Amino acid sequence: MSTTTTSAAKPAGTSKMNSLQAVNAALHQAMAADDKVLVLGEDIADPEGGGVTGATAGLSTKFGGERVRSTPISEQAIIGAAIGAALAGYKPVAEIMLMNFTTVAMDMIFNHAAKLRFMSGGQTSVPITIRTLTGAGWQTAGQHADHLEGWYAHAAGIKVVAPSNPVDYKGLLLSCIDDPDPCIFIESAGSLFVPAEVPDDQGPIPLGKARIVQEGSDLTIVTWSSQTVRAQMALPALAEAGLSVELIDLRTISPWDRETVLASVRKTGRLLVAHEAVRDFGPGAEIAATVSEELFGVLKAPVRRLGAPKCPVPFAKVLEDAYIVQPDQMVAVAQALMG
Amino acid sequence: MTQPSNAPQPDSAALTDIFRRMLRIERNDDAILSTIRKGRLQMPYYSARGQEVIPATISHFLTDEDQICTIYRGIQDMVAKDMPLKPLWAEIAGRVDGTCKGKGGPMHLTHPPTGVMVTTGVVGSSMPIANGLAWAAKLDGSRRVVIAYFGDGASNIGAFHESLNLASLWKLPVIFVCPNNGFAEHTRFENGTSVDRISKRAIGYGMPGFTVDGNDPWEMYAQVSTAIARARDGEGPTLLECTTFRFLGHVLGDDNKYMAEGELAAARERDPLPLFRQRLLDEGHVDEPTLAAMQEKIEAEVAEARDFGLASELPPVDEIRRDVFAQEMMA
Repeated sequence: MSTTTTSAAKPAGTSKMNSLQAVNAALHQAMAADDKVLVLGEDIADPEGGGVTGATAGLSTKFGGERVRSTPISEQAIIGAAIGAALAGYKPVAEIMLMNFTTVAMDMIFNHAAKLRFMSGGQTSVPITIRTLTGAGWQTAGQHADHLEGWYAHAAGIKVVAPSNPVDYKGLLLSCIDDPDPCIFIESAGSLFVPAEVPDDQGPIPLGKARIVQEGSDLTIVTWSSQTVRAQMALPALAEAGLSVELIDLRTISPWDRETVLASVRKTGRLLVAHEAVRDFGPGAEIAATVSEELFGVLKAPVRRLGAPKCPVPFAKVLEDAYIVQPDQMVAVAQALMG
Repeated sequence: MTQPSNAPQPDSAALTDIFRRMLRIERNDDAILSTIRKGRLQMPYYSARGQEVIPATISHFLTDEDQICTIYRGIQDMVAKDMPLKPLWAEIAGRVDGTCKGKGGPMHLTHPPTGVMVTTGVVGSSMPIANGLAWAAKLDGSRRVVIAYFGDGASNIGAFHESLNLASLWKLPVIFVCPNNGFAEHTRFENGTSVDRISKRAIGYGMPGFTVDGNDPWEMYAQVSTAIARARDGEGPTLLECTTFRFLGHVLGDDNKYMAEGELAAARERDPLPLFRQRLLDEGHVDEPTLAAMQEKIEAEVAEARDFGLASELPPVDEIRRDVFAQEMMA
């Protein structure tokens, strides 16, 4: 785990890192740039190991125990402390170890962080970032792996960010920390250890902007988080099948980049939305509905969705594999969309 | 724990100030009640009639820099803290000149210039956020304190326990103030709480906890003064349970059937406002003309605020797109 900061003073270049290291670099950079940035969460300070994944390693040593605080296992108290400090002008980054544990703090997140700006008529604001890890693939079963981005995307007043690669992890986390509103930043099992070259001077990447991973003309595939990694695994097979696929990594789920998705589908006439979250009532439904409303006349086939079945994340590897939308399923549905 | 024998005692000026705050709460409450009954205000109203001593005494020790997080039964806490009444009235009337532009209403009144940072409609949720404000006060190196008001029912929700633990662990400058009015909504205190005194729970979190007669300004003064000094000096939080009674039930329109026969009448016999007024006069802390002038001034302020609020414009409908995020949402 690298704990060095990327600073503007360093000569331009890139460093190979995984997404965890990108998170660590972003936190170092943000804390060095603004002494209002705070970090709190369970086990996040160095005496406790710098976070369960090591994402916060080095921060408490460098920036001190007042700004970087390990907390009790008290999710409501963690988010509440972040909200209160934010109301007083700080920019706290709260780590909730796993996304399922954010449900323990749902009142603080949904009723307070997301709503205080509106309910106060704009007198107060809650510029917090909630970093949280999730995703199937590690056999952590029913209470450690859910993708709940749809829950948060349904709420007014909170931004939902779900990166898929180290560059975006760094750039989007910097934007979340800077953002004047609460953001939930979803780190995913399937994307965490995929390395990439990250520019040393990588700065903020705007929220609400999708990234076109690959341009194409036959079919648009919209994904995010771990599912983008799986979509990239499917690309060779899709190319072999003769499909020109435009792959979009949505990156921000709320507010989502309608313009980029609509422009792509206007071009291709076909859309597959694939996510690790449960398919039914998932974010894919919102995207499919919007595309159907806006582009009914140009669609060459019905919009298709792929997502997890409506069951808890299972433990046994064979079941967990069946739960996750696999690259070959994406290939099969893409081919079916072409008729 | 009982009050220390060397506890600070209020002088006449302090007592008069506490009474002024109580009277401002009560006169404002009376105006809200009469305006609702005339059909000129439509809002759920959780009156704190009978509980005035608590916020009045606490606010005596606070400046605008000090902050409070309060709850749906919380207008008394704001009025005691000298929040201006005009934007308060415009807000409870749902008008554009309201402190929250009519978007929060009585359960979410907010006024940072006087330190009213959060009003929550969720039982117990004032406390985790108060901790964060107190953490910021500490980081700022200030002597600011934060008051977390919550009801007796809230001492049974998880947020209370998480918050007391964290506040004690981090030695935060926060005072947890529980006006114990004997009922959690319609459930009697003893039917919902495993201890006979909420202050006993402080022991479990390693902080001082006191049960105070919340209708006795002298007793309140001594304990509040100690708790606030402790917080300002960086010695950490205190839990104050202040026993009292709510005269108008859980919410306006309550039939009070869950109360024992004669219980409410007996409590009203001990109404702290007239009793305190009489004692101030009897002990010569203040004279009748001063109190009469005080009342006249407060009533004029309340009437002016009410008229202002009711005359204010309704919010424009496009306000629903503003303040969701910093950036206005598209139509």
